[in-house]
Amino acid sequence: MYRTIQIGGHALAQGIFLRSLGDGRIEIDAGHARLSGHPVATPRSSETVSFHSAFRKALTGGHLRGGLLAGLTGLVLAFGGTTPAAAQDSVEILNVSYDPTREFYREYNDLFNAWWTAQGNAPVTIRQSHGGAGAQARAVIDGLEATVVTLALSADIDAISERTGLFPADWQSRLPHNSSPYTSTIVFLVREGNPRGIEDWDDLVADGVQVITPNPKTSGGARWNFLAAWAYAERNDLDPAEFVGAMYRNVPVLDTGARGSTTTFTQRGIGDVLLAWENEAFLALAELGEDAFDIVVPSVSILAEPPVTLVDGNITSDAQRAAAEAYLQHLYSPEAQALALSHYYRAWDTSLAAPEDAARFPELDLVTIADFGGWPVVQPEYFGDGGIFDQIYEE
Amino acid sequence: MSDIALTPPVPVTTEAPLIRALLIGVALIFVALFLFAPLVTVFVEALRQGWVAAIDALRLPDAQAAIRMTLTIAAIAVPINAAFGIAAAWAITKFDFPGKAFLITLIDLPFSVSPVVAGLMLVLLFGANSTLGGWLIANDMPIVFAFPGIVLATLFVTFPFVARELIPVMIEQGRAEEEAALTLGASGWRIFFTVTLPNIRWALLYGVLLCNARAMGEFGAVAVVSGKIRGETATMPTMVEMFYNEYLAVAAFTLAAVLAMLALLTLLLKSLLEWRHADLLAATRRH
Repeated sequence: MYRTIQIGGHALAQGIFLRSLGDGRIEIDAGHARLSGHPVATPRSSETVSFHSAFRKALTGGHLRGGLLAGLTGLVLAFGGTTPAAAQDSVEILNVSYDPTREFYREYNDLFNAWWTAQGNAPVTIRQSHGGAGAQARAVIDGLEATVVTLALSADIDAISERTGLFPADWQSRLPHNSSPYTSTIVFLVREGNPRGIEDWDDLVADGVQVITPNPKTSGGARWNFLAAWAYAERNDLDPAEFVGAMYRNVPVLDTGARGSTTTFTQRGIGDVLLAWENEAFLALAELGEDAFDIVVPSVSILAEPPVTLVDGNITSDAQRAAAEAYLQHLYSPEAQALALSHYYRAWDTSLAAPEDAARFPELDLVTIADFGGWPVVQPEYFGDGGIFDQIYEE
Repeated sequence: MSDIALTPPVPVTTEAPLIRALLIGVALIFVALFLFAPLVTVFVEALRQGWVAAIDALRLPDAQAAIRMTLTIAAIAVPINAAFGIAAAWAITKFDFPGKAFLITLIDLPFSVSPVVAGLMLVLLFGANSTLGGWLIANDMPIVFAFPGIVLATLFVTFPFVARELIPVMIEQGRAEEEAALTLGASGWRIFFTVTLPNIRWALLYGVLLCNARAMGEFGAVAVVSGKIRGETATMPTMVEMFYNEYLAVAAFTLAAVLAMLALLTLLLKSLLEWRHADLLAATRRH
């Protein structure tokens, strides 16, 4: 099970629980390294460990090995030793996010502010902007002054870094889990009783089935949809281009963002199946009634990692930087992870989540973006100008 | 007396009463189906969970901010465009100069350009990737994705309304009255305030009302430059979309209903003025 530990200051790390060290600290396996520290959200000992001594202790204790060192150093630089904002100027954060996170961030912003002020800081004004991830990235490139971006996939954040240089290209190593505090996957939402009998990806290419998915050019979710369908074809020895092409021929409307597609499917009643973020599908069930739609889990899907990062170049003050860094870091705290789980995201740390929130997610065969060679390869090859999507869609 | 032949009154139309009733009926059904029914739906949806829920929805900070935003933008854009419209109409109808036809075409440009294109033009001009935009953002004076950009977008799309209303009226009136005033020794400003303005006041009012309705209702151009920041750069129309996308149907439709009511109020105001001053209007044959 995943646990979150505090190494000092605001620095958090997350990994699989290994053992209890007896002095209140626990040891976790965070990918390529073992870390020890006090678990967050359990009563802490009065002894406050400075980050640097904890870091040194971890090093000398041999708990920390290579691999993650680079990433962790980034984390140290970014989050170690931040002091509470001394200036009482009102601090503002603009969180530019993608479509389906509206409900989650509305609640997370309150949760963060409650925690942040409890640490003796002045409350932070958090502003939200939502839209298709590609379109949102475009807006940041065009000058929307985002303090943090929380988008659907790393390619969109890469695009911002590449075109503006507002933050370093290796931004994704600055936070745990490839900077993805929560993940999701792609599932099908069908009408009640599944009248078209849709069970798996191959049912989507049948004649007369209408598939609703957004435009991969502007929507992050749509790119995950595309790749999940591609992965299915590869696993089943079908020609992926032909298979995905046949699927897109069944798409009557391409909305610009995931939420647009959800409204097209649920409220306008167009289509037989919606390719949706798992969290978006659960939300539609919760908002619009369990008796209107069913979720169908395909045999293969993709692990969707929506990452977050700080837009360093748009930071105007130290107080804002401290708050924004804590804002992202706190996403990994057990409370925030529980909140993400309750909003149907597959978060990592389930220690504070309600049992039904943690148990909700069906087990399925998930491919990852790494299987495709990572976003820097996938983005131009599949979704760039004249890329595979363009070739397929022109047919 | 016998040579005066009284012609019997000839009916203006020759259609049979049945056909007339049918035509009127078709027109009424069309209006009911395509104008009235959708409008009523908005109000029904808004009140689906009762008055309390609707009023609570309007109390949401985001809704209040959007209403404030829209009213502020209209309060800035409408006077500017009214002043510009009068100046343009005055120049075009009272003076002759080369390029006049071109200027008239130019004024119509916002009518023919899609609002989305209008928004994108602003992004290209003032976005971070243009020299001007880069400098403005570096000096903490962002235009796009901030309040000034939304005002500019609104100004652009509502640009022609006042001028378009005034130009035909002023052409029809001709220059005789102004020229008479001039020969009597009146100054330019005096001619404008005592001769021209009273003559065009109804057309002006009509133009201002239309301009206001569009300024409050504009979606496309504003959506492109707004950056969709809740509570900060969201106007009423963009907030309606956001609420709708967040499954907050009551909030979305209540805000839409308020927007519709503002539009209805505008029309009512116009009709009321027309009715109240019917005699004056008839005398000058103006709107």
